[in-house]
Amino acid sequence: MRLLRVMSVIVCVLLVAGCGENTVTRGNTVSNAGGSGSSDDRFTGMDDGVIETDSEFAYFSKEYFNYEIGDRVFFALNESALSEDAKDILTEQADWLLRNPDSTVIIEGHADERGTREYNLALGARRSEAVRTFLLQQGVGAVRMSTVSFGKERPFAACSDETCWSKNRRVVTQIEETTGS
Amino acid sequence: MRFAIKVLAIISLLTCGGTQGVTQASNDGPLQIEINEGIIQLFPIAAPQFIAESASASKWAKDITDLILSNLDRTGLFEIVPENSHIGKITNFDSPIQFSDWKAINVDVLLTGSVSLSSDGNLVVKFRLHDVFAQSSLGQGVQYRGQVNNWRRLAHKISDEVYSRITGEGKYFDTRIAFISEFGPKTDRAKRLTIMDYDGANVRYLTDGDDLVLAPRFSPDGDELIYTSYQTGKPSVYRLNLRNGQSNRVLQTPDMTFSPRFSPDGKRVIFSRTTKGNTDIFETNLTTKESRRVTRNRAIDTAPSYSPDGTKITFESDRSGSPQIYTMSLNDGKISRISFRNGNYGTPVWSPRGDFIAFTKQLGSIFHVGVMLADGTEERLLSRSFLDEGPTWAPNGRVLLFFREEPGESGGPSLYSVDVTGRNLKKLKTPNFASDPSWSPLR
Repeated sequence: MRLLRVMSVIVCVLLVAGCGENTVTRGNTVSNAGGSGSSDDRFTGMDDGVIETDSEFAYFSKEYFNYEIGDRVFFALNESALSEDAKDILTEQADWLLRNPDSTVIIEGHADERGTREYNLALGARRSEAVRTFLLQQGVGAVRMSTVSFGKERPFAACSDETCWSKNRRVVTQIEETTGS
Repeated sequence: MRFAIKVLAIISLLTCGGTQGVTQASNDGPLQIEINEGIIQLFPIAAPQFIAESASASKWAKDITDLILSNLDRTGLFEIVPENSHIGKITNFDSPIQFSDWKAINVDVLLTGSVSLSSDGNLVVKFRLHDVFAQSSLGQGVQYRGQVNNWRRLAHKISDEVYSRITGEGKYFDTRIAFISEFGPKTDRAKRLTIMDYDGANVRYLTDGDDLVLAPRFSPDGDELIYTSYQTGKPSVYRLNLRNGQSNRVLQTPDMTFSPRFSPDGKRVIFSRTTKGNTDIFETNLTTKESRRVTRNRAIDTAPSYSPDGTKITFESDRSGSPQIYTMSLNDGKISRISFRNGNYGTPVWSPRGDFIAFTKQLGSIFHVGVMLADGTEERLLSRSFLDEGPTWAPNGRVLLFFREEPGESGGPSLYSVDVTGRNLKKLKTPNFASDPSWSPLR
């Protein structure tokens, strides 16, 4: 039965690893448990699919910022007010930025496709400013932040219903590549 | 002028809201114009192939005649009486017309022409327009001369004369359209500034697609475009000289600037400028380079457009809580809201005639392009779809272009034209997805 338990761990790790590039496995290093009990052919080769976690995204990496904290916050229709969820994410973003004092960010505002081009450019600008102001209040220096609006020019999701539109009404905090890190 | 007045009457009647079942009896001639169920009686015209004065001119004679007929047909106002039903044959441009031959097949107006090649290799095209019932000429005959590779423009010039003499409306065939060509997936579109003739011929790409570009607008002389580019990473207003290809940034500022338009005298540019997240309207004098603030409001003010006399602007603002259309006097700064029906309104643009303001309207899940009088009354919607946006006027103020975007991942925008009456909706052929049209002035 020990073998089965090891197998189930492996299956779990495989499942987790299979959940997409953005998923990070944390601390569940699996070593070969060395099960050698059964000679049943059905189990031959089943115990060598071992996966080791090489490393987690380092806290200071761009990947940690983008995927663990989250690089984006979302907005209600025609709104630029920050939701409580958005404020939580932005608080963590600010914390990260304060610990990475050399990094600079471009704050990109976006809108869904249900509005005119000109209005959406202005709406995206209003949203990016709401994020900039919040990060500023958290202590991130103004010189480290710039804003830009893409209006409806760069949707993240391409379908034409609310499931996509809600993903497109967003502000993305882009970490610029910093030299020397 | 008899014809001119009557067709003008058709358009006026439609303007007043598609009156049904109106019959306008004509007292001064056999011509009768009827409006039934919003369908107008088409105007019968015949144009036998222009006479080729030499064998080498025959190809041009056919192509020019075909293009003139195609132009007239696209207006939706004419019935082209086909050549195989003609009784009379035109064999000599200067011979008298046998009007009875044309009357017999119910033609109201006859167009005749000739094409020759001059000794220096230029095309020479002559035309005459004949009023079949009055048995007389409709205006003077005209002769045009131009390079062979400009044959399409010669045909457009003649089409303009014919259309204008018969309808009494301004010309619009010899024009160009600037727009944005779109390439690649919806989430990562490449956009290129593009220009073509009004009928889709002679497509030319003016930018390479590396930088996102938006919403080109013609200068009043047609020699420049003003547009928005992300060349610096942020949207900024640029001016492009179409004669030498030089492009210059209009205002040096770290702020976003976008949605520009020229003033009717071409000396100023009005545009949106975003400072600390707030978008207002600014105006730059292109001679002195001085820039001034036009609106000051915490709401979004965008998409400004001048009145034809340059004394007023119309723009889009959400100062009332939702996007609506406003007009503003540039003399005293007085601002009036003009859109009051249900829905969101945007992209107002003044007709070159000054009568109407065209706009985009979003009502529920449907977008429309429409027109209203400059005081906001007599709103009329001309189109409806998932996304119709961004009207632009033909120089005669009678026809509009806009773009319509199909939904979904594989959807994209195309250009459409529609009459100010809401009739004659037509898709324009473009090589790629196309958006943000701007109609040039007459060349």
